[in-house]
Amino acid sequence: MSDMTLLDPTAELKPVERQLLPRLRSLSGATVGLLDISKPRGKEFLDEVERQLMELGATIKRYSKPTFARVAPKELTQRISIECDAVIEGLAD
Amino acid sequence: MNQSVEPSYALVVKKDCPTCALIEPVIAELIKAMAGALTVYVQDDPSFPATAANPIDDRSLEFSYKNNIEFVPTLINLTADSEDRIYGWDKQQWREFTGLPTLGEGLVDFKPGCGSKSQDPGMDEVLALRFDSGILQARRVELAESEDVVEACYERGWTDGLPVVPPTPIRVMRMLAGSDRSPSEIIGNVPPDYRPCSIEKIATNAVMAGAKPEYFPAIIAAAEAALLDKFCMHGLLCTTYFSSPVVIINGPAPRQIGMNSGVNALGQGNRANATIGRSLQLLIRNVGGGVPGGIDRATMGNPGKYTYCFAEDESDADWPTLAMDRGFDRDQSVVSLFAGDGLTPILDQQSRTAASLAKSMAASLRGVAHVKLFGLADAILIVCPEHRRLLKDSGWSKADLKAALFDELMTPGHEIVRGASDMAEGMPEKFKDKLLNKFRDDGLHIVSTGGTAGMFSAIIGGWVASGERGSQLVSKRFSTSGDENE
Repeated sequence: MSDMTLLDPTAELKPVERQLLPRLRSLSGATVGLLDISKPRGKEFLDEVERQLMELGATIKRYSKPTFARVAPKELTQRISIECDAVIEGLAD
Repeated sequence: MNQSVEPSYALVVKKDCPTCALIEPVIAELIKAMAGALTVYVQDDPSFPATAANPIDDRSLEFSYKNNIEFVPTLINLTADSEDRIYGWDKQQWREFTGLPTLGEGLVDFKPGCGSKSQDPGMDEVLALRFDSGILQARRVELAESEDVVEACYERGWTDGLPVVPPTPIRVMRMLAGSDRSPSEIIGNVPPDYRPCSIEKIATNAVMAGAKPEYFPAIIAAAEAALLDKFCMHGLLCTTYFSSPVVIINGPAPRQIGMNSGVNALGQGNRANATIGRSLQLLIRNVGGGVPGGIDRATMGNPGKYTYCFAEDESDADWPTLAMDRGFDRDQSVVSLFAGDGLTPILDQQSRTAASLAKSMAASLRGVAHVKLFGLADAILIVCPEHRRLLKDSGWSKADLKAALFDELMTPGHEIVRGASDMAEGMPEKFKDKLLNKFRDDGLHIVSTGGTAGMFSAIIGGWVASGERGSQLVSKRFSTSGDENE
């Protein structure tokens, strides 16, 4: 239980909450991954997302999970992190 | 103020103490004689002593801690101008102290007490944390129940890539106990962000590095040395070159804390060597904000940027140590910092004279940074014990070696200017007709460490911005026994 409180070892310049990774400043020229979690109608939903993102200048790469019931395989998340600047995970029925 | 104050006493006991059990009848006598003037505090079981009607439950040890109780039983006269106390059981003493001439009739005359529970190992820091809330000033980071504490340190960017010991308040308190410096004392501003660095922040990073409290004075000294202007920590951190602080410790402290100056002295495996160097690196990362890829622009860096710390082998009384070369005495503990990079071996198994060995070493030293760049980078020559013995057998002192190296490393400028030997790199053309030395004055330091087998000395090359325009070797004396630092 005592391990649940730590002393900040830093100069305390940043908020104590974990920070989000830096967001993209623009979609123009960015590669955006669309991850279909393999639920019904995911494709139609992501097709529309893709169309709109391309209008904003993004390059799209499509991925899909083998099954929505399990977390994405490590190889897949690693591939997305190498190939993309951002990812949108399609969570839809 | 009214001086006719009723006498007031406090008695601290614990059931687990045979002496406290012995004096149960005495407690009854005291209560009878003093009535409300006596307060009994019990550290472990509020049903004890049976002879006291309402003992105060001090299982939290608040009273014991705040009144610095060392033994039980302790009887304190709270009315005395300067607080007066007795402990253990000494019949005559108790009678005089209480003014009750027949106290403890029938009991043995003397029985020593037991240690107070507030003095149990590790309790002092626990109690200080519980009852002195102002000691630690750093921001508290509360983790969720589901968070893995080691992963949480990674996610917050606090580590060098290896796991750290989670800096809990109690661990930091124990680290602070390794020195008598005030936790809130600011030793300076740590580059590159130039944030104020307190002793508490050094302790926090020392905990994370895995250090023991007994190393803490050396770690503080290393941090103070790093902040000396001569060391130029800011530039050293920003450079694209390989260099980073190399920590060398001399004097009695390395032996006291079990540092390695023998077999594999610059390698892995010794907790003090490993964690003192790492503490400094984590401090620069976390307090200074010096993060690789951020302000740290090293092209490659070097593995010593995790930790790079060793002690000198001081077993030969004829060999002046690095600290002695810097003006300190052999019996003083000194930490020295050098802006250096990795290790370059000097293998010489054939030399049987000091003169031959010196030539070998000089030839190898030419390679620091580049064979044709002179006066740019300082260096540390690490003489292994077998080579040290060879020097001694030849009747050479360390000063003789230094003089021979200086002579060997004098070089006509035309041999090392740009373009010479068909190499574009080299010294500027203006040095063509000069005689140059590989190292600037005070640019070559000699230290000895390592195992007794192997004719393998070594070189730690320095930063190419050595000297007044960049970094110079700095030394800082420290004490492990609480006396004044220089």
